[in-house]
Amino acid sequence: MRVVIAEDAVLLREGLTRLLTEAGDCVVAAVGDAESFLRAVDDQRPDAVVVDVRMPPTFRDEGLRAAIVVRDRWPATGVLVLSQWVEERYATELISGRPHGVGYLLKDRVADVAEFLDALRRVAEGGSALDPEVVAQLLARSRHPLGELTPREREVLALMAEGRSNAAIAESLVVGGGAVEKHINNIFTKLGLAPGDDRGNRRVLAVLRYLGTG
Amino acid sequence: MFLIGDLVSPRTWLAMIHHLAGLVLGTVVLLVVLTGICWGVLLLPFALIGLPVLGVTLRFADAFARAERVRFGFLLGTQIPAWPAIERAGYRLGIVPRLRMLRDRAAWSEVGYALLRFPVSAFMAAISLAAWSVALVMLTLPFYNQYLPSGGVQLGGMVVRGAEAMVLSGVGGFVLLMVAAQLTRVLAAADAGLTRLMLGPPTDLAARVSELEISRERVVDAAEAERRRIERDLHDGAQQRLVALAMELGRAKARFADDPELAHQLVDQAHAQAKEALTELRNLVRGVHPPVLTDQGLDAALSGLIALCPVPVDIQVEVQVRPKSAVEAVAYFVVAEALTNVAKHSRASHVKVVVEGRGYPGTLTVMISDDGIGGANQAGAGLRGMADRVSGVDGRLSIESPSGGPTIIAAELPCG
Repeated sequence: MRVVIAEDAVLLREGLTRLLTEAGDCVVAAVGDAESFLRAVDDQRPDAVVVDVRMPPTFRDEGLRAAIVVRDRWPATGVLVLSQWVEERYATELISGRPHGVGYLLKDRVADVAEFLDALRRVAEGGSALDPEVVAQLLARSRHPLGELTPREREVLALMAEGRSNAAIAESLVVGGGAVEKHINNIFTKLGLAPGDDRGNRRVLAVLRYLGTG
Repeated sequence: MFLIGDLVSPRTWLAMIHHLAGLVLGTVVLLVVLTGICWGVLLLPFALIGLPVLGVTLRFADAFARAERVRFGFLLGTQIPAWPAIERAGYRLGIVPRLRMLRDRAAWSEVGYALLRFPVSAFMAAISLAAWSVALVMLTLPFYNQYLPSGGVQLGGMVVRGAEAMVLSGVGGFVLLMVAAQLTRVLAAADAGLTRLMLGPPTDLAARVSELEISRERVVDAAEAERRRIERDLHDGAQQRLVALAMELGRAKARFADDPELAHQLVDQAHAQAKEALTELRNLVRGVHPPVLTDQGLDAALSGLIALCPVPVDIQVEVQVRPKSAVEAVAYFVVAEALTNVAKHSRASHVKVVVEGRGYPGTLTVMISDDGIGGANQAGAGLRGMADRVSGVDGRLSIESPSGGPTIIAAELPCG
């Protein structure tokens, strides 16, 4: 997988490069600001990009702006946004109704190498990856009451919103695939949503719409 | 008997000195200020000369006012409060009054005072002196009457003669002496009252200043307490975790060769510690002032808070215009503190957070209610800190928490 990294903190940029190289990916460019990031994406047409939200010169949200440009101009490229802070508001802006090939994670998640790589691959393949913290915020501020769901179903709902597949959900909760499917069917019935299919994106979209995003 | 005591009391004599000193000072100051104002105004067409002349005159009046505060304090024991410095206009280059001077009520009161000092003191000194003189004349009349050529003295249109008249005059003089002493003091007190009226700030302003002084103190204390809390949290939380993490990595390093199994386990633990430390640091900042609050305002920032709260939160935010950041920060702090309390003490099963801001400049209302056991300790550091922060932006905080619940915390924060 060919990856472009945009991260202004040298320590993290080099750490990410090493991490991805060790995982067998090819880091075709590692840059420190939004402008050279967009140039690198245009030159290299990578499979995925990893981009920090705050970068020079203003250290506000230029990384997020650049990520949205990449998402719109090169839809084949998966965009994974990293941030010191994740907030549902920023996530809403990034996803805005189309969670295809985008991800938004806390920088800390890099510490869990396997999960981080999994999220990056999901995004590169057109899936989505939302940080659990963002999902928690979305659930806390849901437009609709979620009181009818059992605690287990809430967990499953959260993992679905994060963009995980049935298999990943089953693994994460240490249950069988059949149990997960049953939970998902119950959730969709209780919330009055169209039956879910396992192809990730449409399901994520339905869940996020329901929660009030996108 | 106290009337006789008053005759020799220093207060009486200091009051008399006060009247006479006022007369002398008033004459000089009247001349200087009147001259300064006239020349200043006449020379205004040549602003380069006129303005400094006015400036120097105003400064003179100001210095006189200050000296008068000392004089009143020293001679009469009366404190004349000064205007708060923040209300004063000030000068460029030390002598050119700023345009704001036109609205500086204190400066104009000082000029008015400087002009009035002479007539007021003249009037008071004249009355006091007259009273003392007549009293002394009447009191001493019996002793020198016999030496007077006419054998009598004319006093206010009647001629005093004979022994009875002498006794009457003596007694009358004595009584008038008492009256003169009282009159002197009463006039001095009236003078002090008048001066306070002219040189002191309006009473509402004075009250506001002392209120602000108290609230500033409380805000400083609250900030200090907050800093200590952060220091403690960093020390007990993230720092301890980092120490443990470094220790485990150290142990792992030492055991790699002989016990790779254990080393692996230790690295796992260190990994977990590192992630915990990151989460703790993030939550710590979340409780203080997260960047999203500055970027996107209260509504967006509160999402992170309620997601952290273990008790389900029902939230409703309607803010039409973003208030200034100090008010936003206090509102955020109130919700953060209240939710921390709910999680720690209330045993509630449900919390409701309502934030409403209407109009500009208007009021931002923050209300947090829960269905817990109530009985919140209002003297505790948490709620006191909340009250202090709220009073720091001139807001009002009300806490209702009867034992048995429910607890309702409401803050009204002015946004003007």
